[in-house]
Amino acid sequence: MVRVHLGMELRRFTDGVAEVEVEATTVRKLISKLDELYPGIGEHLEGTAVAINGEVIADPIYETVPEAAEVHFVPAPVGG
Amino acid sequence: MTVSTSESKYKYIGTRPVRQDGLDKVTGRARFAADLNLPGMQHGIVVRSPHAHAKIVSIDTSKAEAMPGVKAVITAADFPALDPKNPLANISANLMARDKVLYEGHVVAAVAAETRSQARKAAAAVEVQYETLPHVLTVDEAMADGAVVLNEGVITRNAEPPATEPSNVSARTAAERGDLDAGFADADVVIEHEFTTVPVHQGYIEPHAAVADTKQDQTTNIWCSSQGHFRVQSQTAGMLGWEVSQVKVEPAEIGGGFGGKTTIYVEPLAAKLSEKSGRPVKIVMSRDEVFRATGPTSGTKIRVKIGAKNDGTLTAAEAWLAYESGAFPGIWAMLGSWCVFACYDVPNQKVEAFDVLVNKPVCIAYRAPSAPMAAFATETVLDEIAREIGMDPLELRLKNCAKEGDMGPMGAPHPRIGLKETLEAIRDSDHYQSDRPEGIGRGVAAGFWFNIGEQSSAQVTLNANGTAVVATGSPDIGGSRASMSLMAAETLGIEPGRIQPVVGDTDSVGFTDTTEGSRTTFASGMAVTEACKNLIEKLRARAAKMWECEVDEVEWADGEARHTKGENDALPLAAITGAAAKTGGPIAATASVNARGAGAGFSAQVCDLSVDQETGMTTIKRWTTAQDAGTAIHPSYVEGQMQGGVVQGIGWALNEEYIHNADGVMENPGFLDYRVPVASDLPMIDTIVVEVPNPFHPYGVRGVGEVGIVPPIACIANAVNDVAGVRIRNLPISPVRILSALTNGNGNS
Repeated sequence: MVRVHLGMELRRFTDGVAEVEVEATTVRKLISKLDELYPGIGEHLEGTAVAINGEVIADPIYETVPEAAEVHFVPAPVGG
Repeated sequence: MTVSTSESKYKYIGTRPVRQDGLDKVTGRARFAADLNLPGMQHGIVVRSPHAHAKIVSIDTSKAEAMPGVKAVITAADFPALDPKNPLANISANLMARDKVLYEGHVVAAVAAETRSQARKAAAAVEVQYETLPHVLTVDEAMADGAVVLNEGVITRNAEPPATEPSNVSARTAAERGDLDAGFADADVVIEHEFTTVPVHQGYIEPHAAVADTKQDQTTNIWCSSQGHFRVQSQTAGMLGWEVSQVKVEPAEIGGGFGGKTTIYVEPLAAKLSEKSGRPVKIVMSRDEVFRATGPTSGTKIRVKIGAKNDGTLTAAEAWLAYESGAFPGIWAMLGSWCVFACYDVPNQKVEAFDVLVNKPVCIAYRAPSAPMAAFATETVLDEIAREIGMDPLELRLKNCAKEGDMGPMGAPHPRIGLKETLEAIRDSDHYQSDRPEGIGRGVAAGFWFNIGEQSSAQVTLNANGTAVVATGSPDIGGSRASMSLMAAETLGIEPGRIQPVVGDTDSVGFTDTTEGSRTTFASGMAVTEACKNLIEKLRARAAKMWECEVDEVEWADGEARHTKGENDALPLAAITGAAAKTGGPIAATASVNARGAGAGFSAQVCDLSVDQETGMTTIKRWTTAQDAGTAIHPSYVEGQMQGGVVQGIGWALNEEYIHNADGVMENPGFLDYRVPVASDLPMIDTIVVEVPNPFHPYGVRGVGEVGIVPPIACIANAVNDVAGVRIRNLPISPVRILSALTNGNGNS
């Protein structure tokens, strides 16, 4: 199982749920599972970055998610 | 000085060789874009709006086209009208206005002629009829009921309740955790204030410049000054409606960028003028144009409220932020909202931020974009809390600073970070431990910046004599070539002087994202290290061939191949490259990465200053800055970045501001009236490089280019209060404003 943390902007899809555990081995499958649980959230997540166990990945769709990982969907920052 | 959490285990990393581009730069040989002259080259001049907001009724170019020497005139009609959903639509509309001009300086046409003088006269002959519209210059004006709307297509994203009508607020960002009311109820002291800042410019010395040579087959070569030539390639192609492969961009040396050269301004105009004229075209902006039409950073209005217990524990924090984005939507308030409390572990907090369109040039990144304004507010309120509860301001920060495992600003826990070590470095510094001289105020502040990863490519090619060429796609704006050569030297085990680092053009090195977000030494360094490791595998195979043994019997150490069975003498690199033709040909390797795990940057600073009670003049007497670099690859350039950030922050705090008149016209578009600090204004900026290695980088690198600019504004505001007893919460903290505060208690009007 993977523990997914959902920030404020995502909780409008989840009726306020902030954390959820799902079975997934890649970010793509994870988003698909979340979209089944919370219809509409998938489209919102496809362009975002994720932090898997604290490591921020900008384009994560094909990324492997290890068992028991802590996953946060985060915006991709820019800089100067 | 350097403070490390572990002993250095490196041979070359951490040394200070002379940078490879240094000689050319100090002798004037370095080639900048404006230096390039091609046979038959024409000179381009841009026609700009004199109005802050107006409809374009008509543009008549016929007189200009008939003038001597004129080879081409272009308007928006020469470019495809991009769908508003196209990511480049706003960039295209900024580079060439189509129906409306949205700020003074907005481009309406461009002219190419044989001489710059002819082009300037022809530009003046372009006749544009405008119908002026009301304009808005501040977030207050733009957010007011009944304000003129800049763009009818802008409906506030993520508004609460959802927005249905167009407005000047392009986006709302909100975040909340814990129980804010309970947190404030738990506090012994609660302090809340409002702060404003005004737009400032990145102030790079070299104006934007580009030369384009477009051929009959609709391919173009562009030489330009930019922080990212691959972005110039894709944005220019997009605006022209071309494939990226039709645009080749060659990076010239760059005379400063600081975020301001992360987008395009003149490149598609030069390419289109070149296409129409059939000649190469050069466009070089004047300083006036740089100020009027290239990105300043946002003006802001920020309210911050923080609660604390008498023992210094922060219990709650709330922020409301509004950031100007200029004439098109931006993400600057969103970034500010992530940074505003990022240094501290506050259990209960709420942040709400708004990106706001105004009739000013389009805001663009400026060194840790959006963070300095947010830190100004937070770090000033913290200073007031420290005074209120009688606690040392650094101890207050140390008590609450973010650490590994604490929730980070983007909703994920911090990995290993070095804020605590950075604050301790300032606390333990000679500066902070010294007594303040009479009449001197002292201020402290801390700052955060994300740092980013993104995509980078590198290739390493060996010459026959065992020297190496390391090519990356990252323009060098802060000594990154020297850093690349040091990481390559460390990996290959050869002297840095035997490595020539170069910046490759878009046709000769793999795609590389822009030099921004303090990413280059981190991400391109990762690609260089990976390429060197790939190269070592090839060198081991060549040595095995020469020794007629298995590859796994060959190890690589200290720049030579060694036979683990001891049956052969070691083969230095040059012996292998010298025999390359006999073992399979030239030896080269590449690597491309989408770097992840960028380590957040933190800075803590202390300053001493005096305030002239009669004139309000501030004089900086002493400054010490500490910053977590992860690992300082080339310490001199880390220190240089730290010092540069501080100096720009000092200018932002004390002097710099865009001044617009009632018509929305900028009144100080030059360095005489827009005052940046010069060497005689400043003491030596003392640096303490803190090294808490980033666990996600092979050499522990964190980005260092940006976070140094974050603390200085608050640092100065706190020091001014310390010596003069006045709190200035509106920038700049100018002599006029200080004098007003000293004489009538009002320094914030």
